[in-house]
Amino acid sequence: MSRTRALALLGVLVVWAAVSYGNRALGVMAPALLPTPGEVFRVFAETMRDGSLPRHVVTSLARVAVGFGLAAVAALGLGLLAALCVPVRLMLEPIIEFVRPIPPLAFLPMFLVWFGLGEGSKVAFIGYTTFFPMFVAIAAAVMRVDMTLLRAAASLGAGRLDLIRRVIVPAALPGIIVALRLGFALALFVIVGAEFMGADAGLGNLIMEGRTFFIPAQIVMGALLLGLLGSLVNMLLLAAERRLFRWREAGASS
Amino acid sequence: MKIDVRGLSRTFVAAGRETPALLDVDLEVAEHEFVCLLGPSGCGKSTLLNIVAGFLRPSAGEVLVDGRPVTGPGADRGVVFQEYVLFPWLTVAGNVEFGLQLKGTPASERRAIVARYLELVGLAAHAEKFPVQLSGGMKQRVAIARALANSPEIILMDEPFGALDAQTREVLQDELGRIQRVEHKTVLFVTHSIREAVYLADRIVVMTSAPGRIKQVFTLKLPEIRDRFAPEFTHYESEITRVVKEEVAKVHE
Repeated sequence: MSRTRALALLGVLVVWAAVSYGNRALGVMAPALLPTPGEVFRVFAETMRDGSLPRHVVTSLARVAVGFGLAAVAALGLGLLAALCVPVRLMLEPIIEFVRPIPPLAFLPMFLVWFGLGEGSKVAFIGYTTFFPMFVAIAAAVMRVDMTLLRAAASLGAGRLDLIRRVIVPAALPGIIVALRLGFALALFVIVGAEFMGADAGLGNLIMEGRTFFIPAQIVMGALLLGLLGSLVNMLLLAAERRLFRWREAGASS
Repeated sequence: MKIDVRGLSRTFVAAGRETPALLDVDLEVAEHEFVCLLGPSGCGKSTLLNIVAGFLRPSAGEVLVDGRPVTGPGADRGVVFQEYVLFPWLTVAGNVEFGLQLKGTPASERRAIVARYLELVGLAAHAEKFPVQLSGGMKQRVAIARALANSPEIILMDEPFGALDAQTREVLQDELGRIQRVEHKTVLFVTHSIREAVYLADRIVVMTSAPGRIKQVFTLKLPEIRDRFAPEFTHYESEITRVVKEEVAKVHE
């Protein structure tokens, strides 16, 4: 399995190298427009050496972590509340249904106006973008919890808080984790956009810099790095999920 | 009386139409008594049990437990469901321990109680397994242990063996009979199996088809340990079958 995956990735690299170096030899289009793997790696090595790349990565990840973290806490609290409390749900539903389809990027200029060019606007934008899908998915996961589990717990003496803490949250946890994973992927997705405008650091800024100074290799490097970061985090979360939810597939291992 | 059901009625409203499920049911269950509710499907026997459990509210009448009206579910009435309803994220031991943790029973005491009840239902070797790893019969044993470990005085069982195959069913009936001889709970047991009812009950309450009313009550004069092939046993079985059949026939009219 992992060998097939490695081979597939290697295949992409080979095709890329063949096309870009072939272009260089045959002169189909200006060589600068199609960076080769070697050029991209050179930019990577340079920016690593002068310390700018680690700074960009850390800046972006810090923004993602704070924005996503705040949104996750809010989505959890409000998701639980909306799922368990019918009046709250009826009030929130139309608002969410209206706001959700608006592409978040449409509001990005407003975030710059409201929160300024500093960290505030990036963090708020990521928070805003990731909140809605996480909220909807978490509320849905909580509403899917089997009613009879609540009856079973209540007849064992569980009160309202026990029901939430000991039944609803653990029963909805697989769905909640999926919601968080999607939210995190989305945060990585939109950080670039947020950093295109008025940022002095971050991977989006690095890519924009590549455009401004016409260094295509730097643009490609930034994009590849985002892909790498995204799949790395996803792999970590999936591994954590498998450990956490041993009970779902325990049957297979016994 | 341990359980006192007085003038209980329940009507369900669906699509603007009222369907009466229970009509004016009176029932008294004495302490340590094992009572089976028997009747055709849809006769409201599960509705009655759910009202005693506090899951449903009656449309009229009331249920008293130890003289106090039932207002909701509580740890004094343990429930065993047909579909087991174990907490899938907890191990077998964790499930049995659930009620004890809510009560704040100290850990050492909890361990002893869990061990005792897992022993009682023959699952001592499976304490650390998760519910997905168990067969239906094993799951229902866990559910019974979970209800008993919480030491309620009343156990309510809603067709607990209905989802099991015939062999497992009889084995669990044997075990429940054995457990009852040790634990002496007040049991209200819903079933549509006449054989099961005659095997387990002190008293059998046959209900009419919808709306559910009490049709006839049989107080069984059988030894504590029963033989499914004894003549008295089969006598009760055929007599009750005749009464139940009248009601089943009404459903098909």
